[in-house]
Amino acid sequence: MIGEAARPLLEVDGVTLQYKTREHLVTATYRVSFDVHPADRFVLLGPSGCGKSTLLKAVGGYLAPVEGSIRLKGAAVSRPGADRMMVFQEFDQLLPWKTVRQNVLFALEASGRLRGREAEERAMAYIEKVNLTRFADSLPHTLSGGMKQRVAIARGMAMEPDILLMDEPFAALDALTRRKMQDELLQLWEGTRFTVLFVTHSIPEAVRVGNRILLLSPHPGQVKAELNSDGTDGVDPATGMRLSDRIHHMLFSGEAPEEEAVTHA
Amino acid sequence: MPSTPPARPEHVRDQVREHDFGVVNKPLTRWERIYGNGLVRKAFILAVLAGIWQGYAMYLANPLILPTFLETLQSFLQRVGNGELIRKAGVSMKVLLWGYGIGLASALVVTILAMTSRLGNDLLETLTAMLNPLPAIALLPLALIWLGLGNASIVFVLVHAVMWPIALNTHSGFQGVSPTLRMVGRNYGLGGFGYIRQILIPAAFPHILAGLKIGWAFAWRTLIAAELVFGTTSGSGGLGWFIYENKNVLDIPAVFAGLFTVILIGLLVENLFFRIVEERTVRRWGMQS
Repeated sequence: MIGEAARPLLEVDGVTLQYKTREHLVTATYRVSFDVHPADRFVLLGPSGCGKSTLLKAVGGYLAPVEGSIRLKGAAVSRPGADRMMVFQEFDQLLPWKTVRQNVLFALEASGRLRGREAEERAMAYIEKVNLTRFADSLPHTLSGGMKQRVAIARGMAMEPDILLMDEPFAALDALTRRKMQDELLQLWEGTRFTVLFVTHSIPEAVRVGNRILLLSPHPGQVKAELNSDGTDGVDPATGMRLSDRIHHMLFSGEAPEEEAVTHA
Repeated sequence: MPSTPPARPEHVRDQVREHDFGVVNKPLTRWERIYGNGLVRKAFILAVLAGIWQGYAMYLANPLILPTFLETLQSFLQRVGNGELIRKAGVSMKVLLWGYGIGLASALVVTILAMTSRLGNDLLETLTAMLNPLPAIALLPLALIWLGLGNASIVFVLVHAVMWPIALNTHSGFQGVSPTLRMVGRNYGLGGFGYIRQILIPAAFPHILAGLKIGWAFAWRTLIAAELVFGTTSGSGGLGWFIYENKNVLDIPAVFAGLFTVILIGLLVENLFFRIVEERTVRRWGMQS
């Protein structure tokens, strides 16, 4: 493990991403590079328009870079695959015609990871991890937003992918549920030490969830900084500032920093 | 003077638990319960309509123009009793199911083709734009020349009646599937037919079901119309032919009984078959309330 730790799990190298709208060719990110190591909770943070979601989709294999390369375990990413499971922001990411159990099971079977009894057991084990055993036979439309996101996380984790890609998974939840889900995610991570690439636009969320934070500037997205976080948002003796304030200044430098309301939790 | 709100003390209260006061609930009155039942309301409307019919027909007193409701009912029961109507309905249903089945299969093939490439998509759009407005029955003369006086001609016309509305609905359903669900499907490594079968078809099912219903109604109408034009294929006609035949011998109550059967079968399929499918799928999944 120690030998492998030196080599990144995911290498994003000089990636420029563009997509076409009806009228324009939009450059979402410009020559972005970063490495994600095993067991990282790597956060992509930036304001809207910094291309963080587009970047995540490119890692997911839904979009090819026009420049640069994305490599997972040394192999170039070329198409979507079950080794990179996505968790989306939208509640409609669960298949509405399948129960909680069937949703997790279907992912395992459709991707050919597991079949039959083994798949069944694995699915129930992960549903239990997110405390939804009681709702295993419920259909998604009967669940609350937070529960739906927990199913999506269980589904992603059950596949035991190389990396879990989370695209603002808690952004559509209310503030209280959101806090709880962040804690639960950290607990799950403590248990299994999976690798996760997490997109958010909330500074407190990034500081809380991530151990490493990539700051992106908007229009087009470029790397501004790559920072470490221990999750406590304590005062750094070197700079005399809290991490969240430092990030805030970096993202909004040039705008009157004191006037800017500190982002809510 | 700027107004300030008054200072008030804070207070924190203990919560009463639900089982300590119990859920308040009051039963509905009998009348509310009867009125709340959709079947009862519809049966009431039907009874009123039958009453109006009976009254007006008795006032006219001309069974050649309009037989009374009871006469029609009697004729209907008698012809169901001697098996004639059941036989005719059976003949019609058999042809109908053939046409519907082939039409449905063709619609799926065309729509799936349309999902695979842009040209396929344009092909479907052009064909539906051209052929959907064309009344199926207008193709009957051609079908008779091509396929002869037989069930094949009727099936051909039915396929045309069923295929385009189902294809159109299925296609718009596929296009309406959310990008998130599409990405989820591709995330599992699904592609091609597996992706269409396991993600697109269930996700678009509300639209597909609407298409199936419209297709059913079109097929049923077209069938009866086609049978009226030439019903006596291979000696045994269907319901349309039954209506036509009885008109020729001026047995007007039987004509009405034939129409009645057409309506009845339509109602049964709509309210039993499609309703059950709806309950078990789109409603259960919360995709339609």
